[in-house]
Amino acid sequence: MLGNEAIVRGALEAGVQFASTYPGTPASEIGDTFARIAKRAGVYFEYSTNEKVAFEAAAGAAMSGLRALVSFKQFGLNVASDSIGPVAYVGVDGGLVIAFADDPNGWSSAQTEQDSKCYARMMHIPMLEPSDSQECIDFVKVAFELSEKFKTPVFVRLTTRVDHSRTIVTLGDVVHGGRKANFVKDPQRYFTLPPAIMGLHDKIAEKMENVAAVFETHEMNKVLNAGASRELGVITSGAAFNYVMEAMNDLGVKLPVLKLGTTYPLPEKKIKEFIRGLKSVLVAEELDPVLEKEIEALAKEANPKLQIFGKLGRDGRKCLPLAGEYNTELLEKAIAAAAGKKLDFDYDAHAKKFASITSTIPRRFPVLCPGCPHRSTFYAVKRAAGNDAVFAGDIGCYMLGIFPPFETQDFVFSMGAGEGVAHGIKKANTTTGGQQKVIAFVGDSTFFHAGIPALLNMVYNKSNPIVVVMDNRITAMTGHQPNPGVGITGMGDPAEPVKVEDIAAACGVRHVKVVDPYNMHELETVVKEFLKLDEVSVIVAKRRCYLLDYRDKRKAGSVPTFEIAGELTFEEIKNLKEYSCPAYNPDGKGGLKIDESMCWGCASCGQLCKPGTIRPKMKK
Amino acid sequence: MEKKSSKSEGNAKEFNVAIVGVGGQGILTLAEVVTAAAFKQGYDVRMSELHGLSQRGGSVPCQMRFGQRIYSSLVKAGHADLVISLEPLEALRAAKLGSAEKTVFITNTHKVVPVSVTALGEKYPELGEIKAKLKGFSKQVIDVDATGITERETGSAVTSNIYMLGIASARGLIPIKRELILEAIKESVPEKYFEMNRKIFELAK
Repeated sequence: MLGNEAIVRGALEAGVQFASTYPGTPASEIGDTFARIAKRAGVYFEYSTNEKVAFEAAAGAAMSGLRALVSFKQFGLNVASDSIGPVAYVGVDGGLVIAFADDPNGWSSAQTEQDSKCYARMMHIPMLEPSDSQECIDFVKVAFELSEKFKTPVFVRLTTRVDHSRTIVTLGDVVHGGRKANFVKDPQRYFTLPPAIMGLHDKIAEKMENVAAVFETHEMNKVLNAGASRELGVITSGAAFNYVMEAMNDLGVKLPVLKLGTTYPLPEKKIKEFIRGLKSVLVAEELDPVLEKEIEALAKEANPKLQIFGKLGRDGRKCLPLAGEYNTELLEKAIAAAAGKKLDFDYDAHAKKFASITSTIPRRFPVLCPGCPHRSTFYAVKRAAGNDAVFAGDIGCYMLGIFPPFETQDFVFSMGAGEGVAHGIKKANTTTGGQQKVIAFVGDSTFFHAGIPALLNMVYNKSNPIVVVMDNRITAMTGHQPNPGVGITGMGDPAEPVKVEDIAAACGVRHVKVVDPYNMHELETVVKEFLKLDEVSVIVAKRRCYLLDYRDKRKAGSVPTFEIAGELTFEEIKNLKEYSCPAYNPDGKGGLKIDESMCWGCASCGQLCKPGTIRPKMKK
Repeated sequence: MEKKSSKSEGNAKEFNVAIVGVGGQGILTLAEVVTAAAFKQGYDVRMSELHGLSQRGGSVPCQMRFGQRIYSSLVKAGHADLVISLEPLEALRAAKLGSAEKTVFITNTHKVVPVSVTALGEKYPELGEIKAKLKGFSKQVIDVDATGITERETGSAVTSNIYMLGIASARGLIPIKRELILEAIKESVPEKYFEMNRKIFELAK
């Protein structure tokens, strides 16, 4: 079972009744799995407009006595964090579990390689870290129990490799929650204004001491190979545990291992007991050295002479990197260094040899699908605005515009940030006599998520970038989840779709135009016209994600493919290369040909050539 | 550590597989089939897959490991037993997983030309060049025209992934019983396509 599916399974075995999310890879399949089973399982599930709202919804359910689970990726945790802290202070009645995913290596995160372990410390919320799918099930069940016992939200911290690994699980029984929600008014409890806030701060710290006492003896924290060596031990958590076990096996060494399933609060007594009899310890945790620093502090009391190997590098004992995902090779090297052993495989020489054969191979960056409406939008907007215009980027499939030949995402930060920063650039420019053109790209889901306040800000503070909402009628990048523009809920029920153009108008934007991005000529004309305005304007480039259209077409029958009839002119070749549809390949004679297996029959490339040049492929 | 020969359907102590290619080539499905079949045979098995943006026409790697007791789902550099590549260039990109001592590459010869070649003038290497470069990272490289053969046999290349696995199975390059692989295929593909997949799997020699 996939780690993300196992989170849902654990919640079902714990009697969850309410689940919410905003999709974000690597955590997306948690919500998608709920969406598939919610009705059958008698669970309420929603795709909320953003992670803060998703958390608040789950908090409301938990405050009313239901067990609730909210999930998102690490950046979503940032978005939700504003509300999580106060809820932790007053506590919840029904279990509230926050499952989130960090992403070492940034497989699905192009902005930072954030380590969210510190959130637990900042907010005084217990944090559990499963290493595989079985632990995802088991730990979520424990998280619900802890949450109700201590009336606190509980974090379950995942990483990409746990989310996206399939491992064997043993299933328990699904439990039907069956509780009736009822919010009990309690002004005493929910009143947090100072001086109450200080009392709550003390109380929550005390609560964590009580949680720590439970963690001291909990089976989530366990010692393997106890007493196997007095020279070296390993303390590890999460995915790193798996690499430690493999590495020991491959090196043929057996070391005592303390596996921490709870990384906040730490079972300090257990750690002290583990390090007391050891000469040295290797701390194996991915990303920031949070555990390593705390273990260092504990060693001062328990074993001042303890040598700590890890990523801090004190006294030349740095053997693991700060950045990047761990793997077995890294742990093999680290354990070999700490134990003074020799590796039987020269990974560095192997990597060098590999680099020598791959340095010249062509790059394959992810590309927009054939037929993607974003391609047409980028092409037309860039033609109208030129290369010098500032193109503010945002989060979605259109991030791929960062790559050549488009280069229409000059920066990408966080959900909705393209509009916010575009406003700042434009305002800074106009107030100091500048003339830079600024165009912000934002997807429909991102617009609903965090783009609306930024647009409102532009209108009210009289800024004038063009905002191009790339409305492909779905949240595509994370796996086609519905958003408020789609007209279907997380439960699969119909809802009234919200129109981007209506919201833009309601925000006070006076120049709003809806354009079909396949009509590149019109789009180009509108951009040119709007660039002359001295107030903010919005173009809604509206066309459904072509991957969905293509799937529908294939289900309904065959999809036509296209071919090039006759000779392309030099200009046409240049334009088609800039359009960079993946179905176009070099023909080996300086021209282009269409790879039939990649052509999805959208025919949009026909607009870049004289009529009749691109025609449906004749059946032989 | 002594590892049992992969030239059998018997139980291996540890077997490492990577399946690579380009988004849309059915890599994830194939990886699910191998993982499910390994599970049916009684192995401990772990599989790693990446989702999201990487699927949009980019390189997609899936890895799975099975044996007596498996902790990590990731194959170590130089330690793959079998690499199935649905696309020649991606075989090269996965070469790091292979070594001359033990790795067999099964490579589809059908090129999917990246946009960097079409639009930016980067050069797609000749198949012979790819094969030569793979030499230092493989015990054996098996080229198959999986796309061409499946297109001829079924009118579409969607089963080329299963054809590749068929080659591995028929030549004893993966220690999983054939009937268990077929069972796993049956459970992974839509019912109406099972016959086509079975035919292709059995056709591969």
